[in-house]
Amino acid sequence: MTLVPLENVLFAVSRSTFWVTDIQTILVGLVGNSACAILGCFLVLRRMSLLGDAVSHSVLAGIAVAFLISGTTSIMPMFLGALVAGLLAAFLTQTLHEVGNVAEDSSMGIVFTSMFAIGVVVISQLGRVHLDTDCVLYGRLDTVSLDTVQFAGFLVPHAMLRLVPVLMIVVLFTVVFWKELKVTSFDPELATAMGLSAVVMHYLLMSMVATTTVAALHSVGAIVVVAMIIVPAATAHLLTDRLISMLIVAVFCGGISSVLGCLWARWVNSNAAGLMAVVAGVQFGLAVVFAPKRGALSQLIARQKLIFRIVSEDIIAMMYRHAESQAGEKTAKSGAEVARPGDDAGVSRADCLKAAGKRWYGKLAVSQLRRRGFLMENSDGMLFLTERGLDRGRSLVRSHRLWEAYLDENFDLPADHLHEPAERFEHYIGPNLQEKLSQSLDRPSRDPHGRQIPVESPDLPTDETK
Amino acid sequence: MGYNALIVLLGTGILGACAGMVGTFAVLRQRALVGDALAHAALPGVCVAFLIVGERNLPAMLLGAFFAGILGISIITGLRRGTRLKDDAAIGIVLSVFYGGGIALSRFIQNQTTGGSRAGLESYILGKTSGMITSDVYWIAGAAIFSLVFVLLFYKEFKVVAFDPGFAAGQGWPAFFLDLMLMALVAVTVVIGLPAVGVILVAALLIIPASAARFWTDRLGVMLVLAAVIGAGSASVGTWVSSQFGWAAGPSIVLAGTGLFLVSMMFSPQKGVVWRGISGWGAHRRVSRETLLRHVYDLLEQNEFRSKRISREAIQSDVYFSNQESKGALERLESEGVVMSEDPNAGDILVTESGWKAVVEAEREHRLWGLALQEMNGSPASLFEVGNTAWSDLPVGITANFESILKESGRDPREQRLRNDVSEAVNASGSSSREGADR
Repeated sequence: MTLVPLENVLFAVSRSTFWVTDIQTILVGLVGNSACAILGCFLVLRRMSLLGDAVSHSVLAGIAVAFLISGTTSIMPMFLGALVAGLLAAFLTQTLHEVGNVAEDSSMGIVFTSMFAIGVVVISQLGRVHLDTDCVLYGRLDTVSLDTVQFAGFLVPHAMLRLVPVLMIVVLFTVVFWKELKVTSFDPELATAMGLSAVVMHYLLMSMVATTTVAALHSVGAIVVVAMIIVPAATAHLLTDRLISMLIVAVFCGGISSVLGCLWARWVNSNAAGLMAVVAGVQFGLAVVFAPKRGALSQLIARQKLIFRIVSEDIIAMMYRHAESQAGEKTAKSGAEVARPGDDAGVSRADCLKAAGKRWYGKLAVSQLRRRGFLMENSDGMLFLTERGLDRGRSLVRSHRLWEAYLDENFDLPADHLHEPAERFEHYIGPNLQEKLSQSLDRPSRDPHGRQIPVESPDLPTDETK
Repeated sequence: MGYNALIVLLGTGILGACAGMVGTFAVLRQRALVGDALAHAALPGVCVAFLIVGERNLPAMLLGAFFAGILGISIITGLRRGTRLKDDAAIGIVLSVFYGGGIALSRFIQNQTTGGSRAGLESYILGKTSGMITSDVYWIAGAAIFSLVFVLLFYKEFKVVAFDPGFAAGQGWPAFFLDLMLMALVAVTVVIGLPAVGVILVAALLIIPASAARFWTDRLGVMLVLAAVIGAGSASVGTWVSSQFGWAAGPSIVLAGTGLFLVSMMFSPQKGVVWRGISGWGAHRRVSRETLLRHVYDLLEQNEFRSKRISREAIQSDVYFSNQESKGALERLESEGVVMSEDPNAGDILVTESGWKAVVEAEREHRLWGLALQEMNGSPASLFEVGNTAWSDLPVGITANFESILKESGRDPREQRLRNDVSEAVNASGSSSREGADR
């Protein structure tokens, strides 16, 4: 009893023209995009994204021939024709590649353009009366709400009756063949060894793609089907590393494309399907730039961080060496302990920048090192290493000289070729590797140039070389 | 044939030749589908040009298409280099997103402007070949001459880049720039071809003639000319078919090209399917014959060469063959007279005098190859093209050495004598090797 008002409300909503068309368009897009996105993940992982393109173009020939044979535009013959054509395209691509020794991309190009040509010829022979290439190519997403049927008391776009079952089939297919799909996508050889037929999975997947394509074709059109197959999946591929999360992200991206694409189309009075593809493309562009791990931006930042760290460490190492040589002169006279910072062990700011090599990074590094307590500045503007800075410098110079000793021991390099590789590699040698190097060299005290290798400091600061 | 038909024939013919030539590089460079992506990516360029100029202006629209295409190519290259995505996804993304954008733009234009001044999206996708006019032919001819001059000027550079970009870069050539230049040539062809045959079919013109030409030759120069001829040929045939049967011209041209491609794939010498099938079949026969002969030798050896008699069952138990195969090979040996059977239905067969020689030679060649490959120890076996070369075809300097090694090792089958089955005369029972050993 309580449902009646709700139904009334829904009915009223479904009668108000503005919302209905929009929501129906969005829902149709949502369902179609989800099915495409799920399948797209597997295609992208298998490096077969373009097979989606090939299948969706070839479907035109199937529809045309099915119409030629059956003489009707009813759903079953069209569907069967499209399915056969899609599978045929996948099969012929493979056959040309294997039997004819044609490169895979060429064979795909030959097959789908030829099948498309057949489709166009057949359709042009039939005349434009019943079959509309326009519809196949661009879809009728904007007008799905005009073609509705009564279903369970609601007015539902006709396209939904095709797309919802297809989505259910796709989801069912993915769940049932989850393990098989996973293995054949990532490691076909392993799959074969496990007794799973990669070929059977390939054709099953292709028949799913053909099914989805033909169901979505009427509403969104061939090219946008391709976009919805490839682009959300590729976006998800950039964002995730697990198959299940990839699927979820892809479906989510497809959903966003559907909603924003439709609203945008309504706003500028244009084609919703085309704008769905554009929104998907924008999302992909954002992912390329801003993806947390693989995005261009985060990689740029990571690289800058690395440069900054190397510059900072170069400055510290230079200052440590300076302090060491100052102390060395003193020890020569007094025999006191090595490498204690004295009043005369200061380094000018200009020398620091020279050691850094990069001017702006150097300036930034000096002020950062001062703030973090590695350096201090006296009243004359000379820079000194603090206790903390000395520890860090000792560790770096230890890495450097151990690496030189290691290179000298294990490779036949002239003595003047040791410094440079060590200079580069010292930044990547942490305490563990230091210990291993030292062990393998029987705990040397001097490097090949005769300089002392500083001993490990008892307590290293925690935020060190990773 | 009327004047209009002649114009169309001329235009499509030149376009086909030009696309064939340029497509050769794309196909060799494994960038066949880049042409397809380019054609799709050009659509928003056309629309933007239309929006800027405000009317149907051919040069402006071509320019827009060209720049959009180059932008698309650059994005593909960037994605391929900068992300974990592979070629296929990069191409697919550019193709579909650009095209989607193009559709949205053109619909926007159609909805904005009234009636007459539509950007003509329809003709853009499917082409309007039959509507070609004289000025179109000039455009096409100009693009073709431009491409030809370019290819002739940079022939050597393009050649190296097409086959081995890594080597070109290693030689200090601007491989990336040359690659981009090749792609720009493809873009020019696509842009010129779009109004004539449409998006998808211009991609076909780039891929199909070049792929067909690849079957006939291994030389780039020949392939370029052949691809151009095949392109022009399929354009002429397609145009003729279209005028005869009233089919759409663009698809007819593509289907004519597909026909030529299929003929090339099936019947070209060396690379054709038929040719390779026949020679593969011959090789298979030869190998199965030799394997069987060696198997016969093994069986005789198991019996310590005391009998010419071997059981049919033992022969057919060879693990390398299916039952059917070994039966066929055995039948061929019988018809050659290598072996004979006393009674076709019984289980045993006898090795003949001449058959023994064949058996010995097969085993000896096998052992010699074994020695030779062992000697080469990891050096590429293809040096001798194992499997395609008979031992006797090798230089005597090489063979004599191994032959004497084999002889000294005492494993030369030629030294082996096959005795008459002695037990045969005494004992009619056949399997009596133990008795033979007693004597």
